[in-house]
Amino acid sequence: MGDLNKLTIGAARDALRARDITSVELTQACLGAIDGASALNAFVHNTPEIALERAAAADQRLAKGDAPDMCGIPIGIKDLFCTKGVPSQAGSAILNGFKPEYESTITQNLTDAGAVMLGKLNMDEFAMGSSNETSTYGNVVNPWRRGNDTAELTPGGSSGGSASAVAADLCLAATGTDTGGSIRQPAAFTGITGIKPTYGRCSRWGVVAFASSLDQAGPMTKSVRDGAIMLGAMCSHYPKDSTSADIPVPDFEAALSGDIKGKKIGIPKEYHMDGIPGEIDALWADGVAMMKDAGAEIVDISLPHTKYALPAYYVIAPAEASSNLARYDGVRYGHRAKLAAGDGITEMYEKTRAEGFGHEVQRRVMIGTYVLSAGFYDAYYNRARRVRALIKKDFEDVFAAGIDAILTPATPSAAFGLGEMNDADPVRMYLNDVFTVTVNLAGLPAISVPAGLDKQGLPLGLQLIGRPWEEGDLLNAAYRLEQAAGFVSKPAKWW
Amino acid sequence: MSIDTKTAAHVAKLARIRVEEKDLPALANEFNTILGFIEQLNEVDVEGVEPMVSVTPMRLKRRVDEVTDGNQQAKVLANAPDAREGFFAVPKVVE
Repeated sequence: MGDLNKLTIGAARDALRARDITSVELTQACLGAIDGASALNAFVHNTPEIALERAAAADQRLAKGDAPDMCGIPIGIKDLFCTKGVPSQAGSAILNGFKPEYESTITQNLTDAGAVMLGKLNMDEFAMGSSNETSTYGNVVNPWRRGNDTAELTPGGSSGGSASAVAADLCLAATGTDTGGSIRQPAAFTGITGIKPTYGRCSRWGVVAFASSLDQAGPMTKSVRDGAIMLGAMCSHYPKDSTSADIPVPDFEAALSGDIKGKKIGIPKEYHMDGIPGEIDALWADGVAMMKDAGAEIVDISLPHTKYALPAYYVIAPAEASSNLARYDGVRYGHRAKLAAGDGITEMYEKTRAEGFGHEVQRRVMIGTYVLSAGFYDAYYNRARRVRALIKKDFEDVFAAGIDAILTPATPSAAFGLGEMNDADPVRMYLNDVFTVTVNLAGLPAISVPAGLDKQGLPLGLQLIGRPWEEGDLLNAAYRLEQAAGFVSKPAKWW
Repeated sequence: MSIDTKTAAHVAKLARIRVEEKDLPALANEFNTILGFIEQLNEVDVEGVEPMVSVTPMRLKRRVDEVTDGNQQAKVLANAPDAREGFFAVPKVVE
């Protein structure tokens, strides 16, 4: 079998269990692909020794017939996840040299299931960004290009390394995290599938915190089935994360029947926005037609507070970030600035944080500090939390009216060029998350599915939003959409 | 609400991030752009709406109040930029 790295999780699982291939062969194929793809800058800490050791162990489990679905599957891990003894920097210089003494719940769950870690993946610093241009490791490059144009494009962010690596077949799948769209937007920009589960479905223990009430990890994969398989292996309660849900994890893959007859799919009128390219609206209309053809009932719905989701997010997320990132003080881990004679502890904090944090992170920490400061807490932070309650209620109302899932575009554009937004004001970059951020505020599960190409040959995604804790139904609707869209394009290899 | 360089300097101080004097006008400008965007929230009628605390209405799990962990001094200090004699070391805090 050639090009083992191009397999899906589902196909590799079946081939591994049939003993047609070994995990060591599969892992070597991925390691070779990673070595040849440094131009993408997706993998930033490679762990080939760990990978081959785990692959050999997986082969032994497979030989014994004790093989969970993820056993022997080589994956990439976003740098935001703490992995014991392996650099985990959240894409930031302030965590230079940090090697955790413990493992995140999710990577432990994946390891226990037999998955093989190939290395750590590039990302926007502390997951703050929509283009993977804020990383201390430098930009990630999207494997997709505009036709024959050699201009480098963004893979999206913040899980840009994960998206680029999966799209370029450097690994079978990768972990991502999503605070405002950081799984779904890069998935859409690179033609892969990205799932943000219900808040609390995956434990956040050991995932470097950005905005704790919004952060949620999920899988980034080559198909909806792969997403279902990998999500099942990632989910769990963990006693050290009181926000992780202590409820049973269903067999998500078993929910993939493709039958959505009679399901009510909501189409929110507020997602028709000014300035969105016609191609995006056309793709959305195609998606509606596909769901209708599959027997779903299409229902026009209203989510009246949609417009206020981004401004509410840009109060709440920076506020939580300013609190979470207070821990980077040069005392316990990571970078400490060189001090001048006479410098005290305040100078140490201020110099360390000025040197260690990049521009976007500094800006968000300071905005968060401002909206939480005395005199502004009510006007900004509490008001944003009230608006958040209304956004959540918008969704509760449509679900109470019988809607099963909501179909929207995933992003307001296809991938843009690296550097293209350099001169834009920060708000323009934030608009990337306009279709995805509502979901984080309401804690809902959602998925981005590749559904077509734009006229320049770049992938575009559609988003489905589901009811809380009903990822199975959501993935089944996405599975039907995937079948109908029949997206099979891959980027032409140039790297 | 408009942020001047004095306020920007104050916010940087509160956030414990050193910002050079010459960078303050640009920073204040960025704050004003972002806060201008956030101002839209004032259009929303939030009368009687409770600020949202938790995404899912669930009671946090509790456990028995007992020691379950500890004796990991070396691990705790392993990543410290400066650790001495079992402690984190920092510049002098009190005169």
